[in-house]
Amino acid sequence: MTLADIPLGRPATVRAVDGGRAFRRRLLEMGLVPGTEVRVITIAPLGDPLQIEVRGGQWSMRRSEASQIVVDGHGEPVRSTSLRVLR
Amino acid sequence: MTEDHCGVAEAPSRAGARMQLVLAGNPNVGKTTLFNALTGSRAKVSNYPGITVERRAGQLVLPSGLADLHDLPGTYSLSSRSVEEQVAFDAIVGLGGAPLPDAIVLCIDAAQIARSAYLLLQCMELGARCVVAMTMIDEAGTATPDARALGEVLGCEVVPVTARTGKGLDELRAAIDRALRKDRIAQWRWTPSAPLRAHLDAVRAALPLPWTTAARHGSALPGGDDALAAWAMACIDGDDELEVPAPLRAAASARTIDRACDDEAVLGRWDWLDREIPPLVAHRTDRSRTERIDRVLLHRVFGFVAFIGVMTIVFMSLFWWAAPVMDGIDKGFKWLGGELRIGLGEGVFTDFLVSGLIGGVGAVMVFLPQILLLFLFLGFLEDCGYLARVAYLMDRIMRTMNLHGRAFVPMLSGFACAVPAIMATRTMERRRDRILTMMVVPLMTCSARLPVYTLIIGALIPGARIYQGLLMVGMYLFSACTALAAAWVMSRTVKPLRAKRMPFLIELPPYRWPRIPDVLRMMWGKSSMFLREAGTVILACSIALWALLYFPRQLPDAAPDYAALIAHAPSDDVKETLAAEKQAAHLENSFGGRIGHAIEPLISPLGFDWKIGVGIIGAFAAREVFVSTLGIVYSVGADADEESEPLRKALRDAKRSDGQRAYSPLVGLSLMIFFALAMQCMSTLAVVRRETGGLRWPIFLMTYMTVLAWIASFVVYQGGRLLGFG
Repeated sequence: MTLADIPLGRPATVRAVDGGRAFRRRLLEMGLVPGTEVRVITIAPLGDPLQIEVRGGQWSMRRSEASQIVVDGHGEPVRSTSLRVLR
Repeated sequence: MTEDHCGVAEAPSRAGARMQLVLAGNPNVGKTTLFNALTGSRAKVSNYPGITVERRAGQLVLPSGLADLHDLPGTYSLSSRSVEEQVAFDAIVGLGGAPLPDAIVLCIDAAQIARSAYLLLQCMELGARCVVAMTMIDEAGTATPDARALGEVLGCEVVPVTARTGKGLDELRAAIDRALRKDRIAQWRWTPSAPLRAHLDAVRAALPLPWTTAARHGSALPGGDDALAAWAMACIDGDDELEVPAPLRAAASARTIDRACDDEAVLGRWDWLDREIPPLVAHRTDRSRTERIDRVLLHRVFGFVAFIGVMTIVFMSLFWWAAPVMDGIDKGFKWLGGELRIGLGEGVFTDFLVSGLIGGVGAVMVFLPQILLLFLFLGFLEDCGYLARVAYLMDRIMRTMNLHGRAFVPMLSGFACAVPAIMATRTMERRRDRILTMMVVPLMTCSARLPVYTLIIGALIPGARIYQGLLMVGMYLFSACTALAAAWVMSRTVKPLRAKRMPFLIELPPYRWPRIPDVLRMMWGKSSMFLREAGTVILACSIALWALLYFPRQLPDAAPDYAALIAHAPSDDVKETLAAEKQAAHLENSFGGRIGHAIEPLISPLGFDWKIGVGIIGAFAAREVFVSTLGIVYSVGADADEESEPLRKALRDAKRSDGQRAYSPLVGLSLMIFFALAMQCMSTLAVVRRETGGLRWPIFLMTYMTVLAWIASFVVYQGGRLLGFG
C-alpha cells in the first residue's frame, strides 16, 4: 500500500521510500523515514496534489510522489469534526 | 584628542577582525523577523517557503563588540542539488567566496523541534560553533520544550526568543559571545558503518586543500573533513548542478554505493532525533485552526471561489484604487514641466529638461502606485500563508504546462513587473524550471502594458466603460493563457527546456497574522527595486528616445518658414495649429521619424502606420514609453499620458493619406495583441541576462516573442478585415 492509496485522514506508518536518489533523500531529510506517521489531510480541488502531514508539518505532495511512499495503513480517520459537512 | 576621536579610533582596530556570524534555519520559522530584530536592517520577511533568496548581511552588536550577521536562504538541509542550495552549505563551511563563520545562529521552530534540529546536526558534524534561537514559542504554547534541557541534549545553548517583542534577544547575544569562545568540535550523532567508512575515507583523501578543515579552520578537524566528504557523496550524482572541484567530483562519482549506505547518514540523524527529542516535547502543537481554515480555503468548491475572489480583489483594486494617485503624480510632473518652461524660456535645453528628463521621471513614477498596491497584497498573502496554498491549488494546472508549481508566484508577480518576477524564479531548484518560467513571465500583462492598453481602449475601442473594463480583464486572461501555452510548447520543443520529472514538495505553513511593518517593508523593498532596476533604464531610454525624436533640428529646405508664419499669424488659433505642424514636421524629419518610415512596410500588414512604428521603436525601451512617444508624435506634448483626452482625440481623428480613419477599433485590437506578445522591455532582457548568465536566453526571448507578436497581430488584423471589420 502506498500513501496515495490511504483514505483521507487515516494515519499510516512509512515503511519505505522509493523513487530516484535525489527525490528519496529529499523525503527522508524532511523526516519521512521508516516508522514515521503520515496522514493525508486534504486533496487539492483538481484531485492532485495531496496535502500531507508529517511530524506536525504540512506539505503539498503530488499523487505520483505519494505513490513512491510505501506505508501501512492503520486506525480510524482522525479529523476535526467541525466543517466536515463541507466535504 | 576629544572623546569622539577615541570612539572612532577604536572601531577600525576591531573592524579587521570583526566576528562573522551566519543565521540559518528552515523556511517559515521567523528567521527573517529575527534577522531584522537583531540587525535593525531592512530585509524582507515572508511566510512562503524559499522566498528569502538573496543573501543579506547586517551588523549585530554583541557584548564583546560588533559582528557581521549573514542571513541565509531558508533551508531544510545542507544537501544541495543546485548552486542556489549550495549557498547555504558554502556559507556554513566558508567556501565559494563566503567567509568562514565564527559561529552559526540556528533558528529552531518550537513547534517542530526535530525537523528544524536536523539542519543543526548537519552543521555540528561539519565542526561549526552553533547557538540555537528557539522561535515560534507563541505558536507552540505549552508544547514548547524547556530550553535548558533541549540545550543539554543538542549540545549547544538554546535561547527562546520572540523577535516581535525583542524578548530573549539580549540573552541570545550573550550566548553567541559564549559560543565564540568555545573550541571547534565536529559532533557526530551517528556512526558510519564499515562500508560507508571506507567510502568516506576515500572521498576525504580527495578533498582539495582549501576544502579541508586544516586550511579553513587553521587546524585539522577529522570529523569535519568526514562531514564534507559525506556531503559530497550524498549530493554529487552526475545530475546535480553543484560547483565542486573536479578531483572531489571525480572521487565522489567513482564510489558506487548501495541504497543502504546512501541513506545511512539521513537515517542515522533521524534515529538520534527520534530518540532524543520526543521525551522533551510534552505534546504535539495544536494545528487545528490551520486545518479548519484549510477545510474551507482548499475545498474543491469554496477553495476556488475564495481563490478567484482574492485574485479579483487584488486586480480590481489595482485598477480603481491606484488611478487617483497616478493622476496626481501625472499632474504634479506636468505642473513642474510647465513652471520650468515658463522660468527657463524656450530652447533646446528647456525641451530636454521638460520633455526628456521630467517626462521620463514621470513615466517611471506613475507605476509606483500599482506596484506598491500589488506588492502590498502579495506581501500580505505571502505572510499569512495563503501564497503557498496558491501553489498547491494551481499545481495541477501548472504541471499540465510542465511548469513547476512554484512558477505560479513569479507568474503572478509578472502581472506587476517582469523584473522582480524573473528574480523570484530563483525559488525554483532546477535551472530548467527557472529558465522556462523566465521565458514565459514576460508574456504576463505587466503594469507597463497598462498605460498602452488604457490609451488604446480609451481612444479606439467604443462602448460603455464596463465593456472597456471587460476587455482589459480579457487582456489579462489572454496573457495568462498565452504564457501557459508558450510554456507547454517550449517544454516540448526547446531542448534545454524539456520537462523532467520534478518532486513537488512545498511546505504549507500554518496560517499566521501578517505583521504590517514586515509587509510594508517588503512592499517598499520591491518598489525601490523597481525604481532602481527598471526605473533607471526607463529614464535613460526615455531621454535617448526624446533625443532620437528631437534631433536633427534642421528642417529640409522645402519646409515652410514656420517661425515667420507663426510671427505673422492672424489669431492665436492659427498660431497653435502652426506650432503643432512645426513640431510634426520636426518629428517626421527626426532620426526616429526616419526609422519609423523605414519600418512601415514591415508593420503595415498589421494595420500600423509609421507613427505607430515610431511608438513601437520607443516602446523597445519600455512599453509605456509608447504613450509618451505618441504624445510627441501627435504634438500633444511628451507629457501626455494614457488618460490624456487630447492624445485620445488625436488618435481617433488621425487620418491616413487617403482620408480614411488611421486607427479603427480593429487596429486598436491588433496593436493590443502586439503589445501583449512582443518583447519590448530592456529591463526584462537585462535581468534575464543576469539570471541566466549569458546573452543566449535574452536573445531567444526577444526573438520568439517578437515573431509571435507579429504573426498574432497579422492574423487579427488581416482576419478581421476579411470578416469585414475595420
